[in-house]
Order: sequence, then C-alpha cells, then structure tokens
Amino acid sequence: MTEIAFTTAAFNQFLAEHKLMASRCVECGALALPPRAICVACHGDRLEWVEMVGKGKLAAFTWIYVGPTFMNAEGFSRTNPYCTGIVELDEGVKISARLLGVDPKNPGAIKIGTPMTVEFLERGAGEEKRTFLAFRAE
Amino acid sequence: MTQRKLGRGVAIVGAGMSKFGAFPDKTSRDLFVEAFKEMRASIDKGFDPEIIETLYLGNYSSDLFEKQGHTAPIMADAVGLTPRPATRVEDACASGGVALRLGVLAVASGMYDVVLVGGVERMTKLPTAEVTDTLGSAGDTLYETPAGFTFPGFYAAMATAYMHRYGMTPEHLMSVAIKNHANGALNPKAQFGVSIPDWMEQRVQAALKKGKPAPTWKSISDFLHDDAANPMIAYPLRLFDCSPITDGAACLLLVAAERAREFTDQPIHIIGVGQASDAALHYRADLTTLRAARVAVQDAYAMAGVTARDIRIAEVHDCFTIAEVIATEDMEFFAPGTGFKMAQEGVTARDGAKPINTSGGLKSKGHPVGASGVAQTIEIWKQMRGEAGARQVKGDIPLALTHNVGGTGQTAVVHIYERKG
Ligand SMILES: [Zn+2]
Repeated sequence: MTEIAFTTAAFNQFLAEHKLMASRCVECGALALPPRAICVACHGDRLEWVEMVGKGKLAAFTWIYVGPTFMNAEGFSRTNPYCTGIVELDEGVKISARLLGVDPKNPGAIKIGTPMTVEFLERGAGEEKRTFLAFRAE
Repeated sequence: MTQRKLGRGVAIVGAGMSKFGAFPDKTSRDLFVEAFKEMRASIDKGFDPEIIETLYLGNYSSDLFEKQGHTAPIMADAVGLTPRPATRVEDACASGGVALRLGVLAVASGMYDVVLVGGVERMTKLPTAEVTDTLGSAGDTLYETPAGFTFPGFYAAMATAYMHRYGMTPEHLMSVAIKNHANGALNPKAQFGVSIPDWMEQRVQAALKKGKPAPTWKSISDFLHDDAANPMIAYPLRLFDCSPITDGAACLLLVAAERAREFTDQPIHIIGVGQASDAALHYRADLTTLRAARVAVQDAYAMAGVTARDIRIAEVHDCFTIAEVIATEDMEFFAPGTGFKMAQEGVTARDGAKPINTSGGLKSKGHPVGASGVAQTIEIWKQMRGEAGARQVKGDIPLALTHNVGGTGQTAVVHIYERKG
C-alpha cells in the first residue's frame, strides 16, 4: 500500500472506506496518527500505511455548546450540545474525534479512560458526502 | 540545550495601549493610532517619531475579522512611518509576543537602534459564530476541526484531562476568574473592568430597573453556577472561564540599551527571550501541560540567568481559566498539579506571594488576539515603574515575566524583564 501518498485526501478516502489508517516509519517504526509524510522521530521519509484496530480509551473530552457554523448547520446549538474529544488508541497514538454514546443531560458523567470503539459517520449526500471519524463509549 | 544570548542589550522606553472593548465605530487603524499616541506620550524625555527605523506588528486575522489584509504597512502609514520596513507577524494569539521577540532580535542584532512593536485586532465587527470559526482556524483545520473542536473546546478538553489527573474541579477554575476580574476592576483600560460581585449587583439593578424579577444569587458561587447568567460554552468551561471578544491595540518602543537614557531614566530591560512550537493537541504525550511553553521559558530563564523563584510578577496567557492554571505550572512557579490550589489559596492574587495577571489578564482586560502579547508587556512596564495606580503591587519588582500562547500551545513565547538601578 506504500504507493498511496501520505496526504489528508488519502486519509479521508480511507475514512470513506471505513478504515482508520496511520502511517508507520519504515526506518524507525514510529507510528503517526494523523498520518505524516515525514517521520518526526527520525526525519525518515520511507513510510507505510497501517490500519488501526479502532479500539482505545478516552483521553480528553468536552461538550460544545457554542459551535462552529458547520456543526450549527447539523442542528447543534446551546440547547443541543455535542461531545468531542481525543481518544488514545490501543496502538498508542491519539486522534481527535466526535464522541457518541454519551449523555448530554449529564455532561460530566463520561470518564477519562472509558473504553471507546471507532465509528464512521456519513454526512451530506452526492458531491457533499463526507465521512467523519467518531468513537462510541462502550 | 543551546545557551542563546542577545547580541546587545535591549530596553523598552515607551508603552501605550488603546482602551480595550467593543467599539463599533473604531477600525484597526483608529485603535492603533490611539495606542501609538499613548506610547509617544509615555516617553519621559520625549522623542521624534522620525527616529523609528522599523515596525513589527502582531495581527492574527484582520483578513477574516474585517476583510483587510496586508495590515502592517497600513498601520505604519497611519502613524507616519512609511517608507520604513513594516512586517506583520502571525502566530495566532501569540502574534503580539512574537512581534516583540522579532523587535528584540532586530535591536540585538545591531541592525536597528529604535524599533516600534505593535499589536492590533478588531474582532467584534464579525458575528460570534464566524469569530468562533476564525479562532478555531488556529487549530488544525484538517484533523481537529472535523471533530467539531472550537477554541474554547480545545482548552475545555485539556481541563477534563487535568481534572481527571489532579482532582481539580470547575470551582477551582472559578477562583481564577474571580481574581482576574478583581484586578481588572482597577484597570481603566479593561473591557470588563468590574469585579464579579459588582457585576452581579449591576445585573440585579438592571432587572429592577426594567421591572423584572431580580436574580436571587446567594453567593458568587451561586451566580457562577447559574446556567442563565454564566452559560456553559464548552464543558467544563462557562462564559466566565473564557476571555471575551475584543477590539484593541498596543505599542512599545524598543531601543538599544546603550541609548535608553536618551529617552527615560526608568527603562525596562528585556534580558531573556524564548519561543517554541508544537504539534496539534492530539499528537502530544501530555495534555495537562504545554510543552512549547516549557521549552520557551527554559530558554528564557537560561538566557537571563534567573529562575522562576526570582520572578516577582507575571502576566500569563489566560485565554481560559484553565490556561492560567497550566501556565503558572509551565513557568515553573508551581509544581505540576498544584496551580489550581495556588489560585484558590490566593497565592496568585495581587497581594499574594506570586501575583499573576495584575492587569486583569485576557479574561477581564480583554483579548484582541494580535495585541494581547504586547499589552501584557505594558502591564509589566507600568508595574515595574510603579505606575500601575490602584492595582500597583507593593514592594520592589526587579524581575518580571510575560507568557503569550498561540492556539492550543502550538506557539509559546516568553520574555523576562529587569529594572536596572
Ligand atoms: Zn522514523
């Protein structure tokens, strides 16, 4: 799979195929998620794509009550907040993602360290269709 | 770590700022002129602006905030500096601090003797949702924005990681807001220059005046837990945990230290500078500290030959209450995981052992992002010269520090100041 360039477009194409892909340095073995085109551990530029299993633990979270315009367009608001955060995968790397399976009526109830499983959210249709990364609390 | 040093001494001999606030009729240009005029008037022995050799201007996003790019020559022209070089610096909310650093390097290099450093941002013209988008673009728009992160959201996420690790509660964060509003109430330039108890009283009076039922808060804590008066912005951060959207500008005049006495008998010397960068939040090993701030301050302490213990007062980047807690640890004033206790116990209050943000901080003074790093230095200038009025810290202030952060800590810049003689 090394022929696919290490770009955001490639990462997003993998998401559309419901794959969460990281890059791994062939020189030193360092894993990077989001993927990188140059290894920041050894500055090597020989990399390979590796698929993440999609399991991890919650590292940080927040409930957004005042959102950006594109999330407001999805129907979120002060009275309908959404949860987002950072998940640390079993492979040892972290990623920002939307969080599901959590209770907006009790924003403090979710605990750091909660086991999380990857999900892929489809939003929009036709040309506008896009897949977003999410994790669901177990 | 490489021990870096300045090529020659650099001193501040003038400082001025506009009023911070929301000014529908003032453009960036108007705000910058206001700051420049106050800076000019602050130079004890007077000076002819003709001797200014170059301008470094901190500005985050005039392009998005007011549809005006190429801001540096416009500001230079507004104060009569063309055809001198004018350079805009953009490092998100650290733009002002980084502009100052470049001004210091320009003087220290020997190339210039007299440098104007400025910062300006006009934010309130844009609707709040678009301000949220613009500030959010200081994060990683490819990998963080799609998750729905906002700027308060990033710091809120750091707060949840910190709370989990160290047992802090949202109530501890409130003590930072209460302190900074108490300080800002004594700062005539502050946007929300009112203490929280006075704010509550104003709300009661306003309700009574309108013939509406007055709020019945029994305490400050009661008010700060009121979802109507202090709404949640990004859990666990509420409105009073967040710095406001602000219009404002600030200016400093830097000169070669050997020429400082031509301008004033009370120059403030910059003896340590440090700057560092970092990756997006999810790439970092530890979400409860800003690595860039730690690297920057270690460089600055090494250059100045001082330690955290020597610093009498500091202005730190409290874009959110949690950011001040983390900053006081990153600057090595307090051990990791203890900053929130120090805030609650009054150690960081104006009369405490380590006064933090005597100006009111970004929280109460306001946060016109590109100007904030420069305005922090103005508070240090006033405090070290004994000109801070009602909020003057008691006793001698031989050494002070500013800490200015861009984004979630992808940029951090630290300066150390000394009052000699
Ligand atoms: Zn490598």
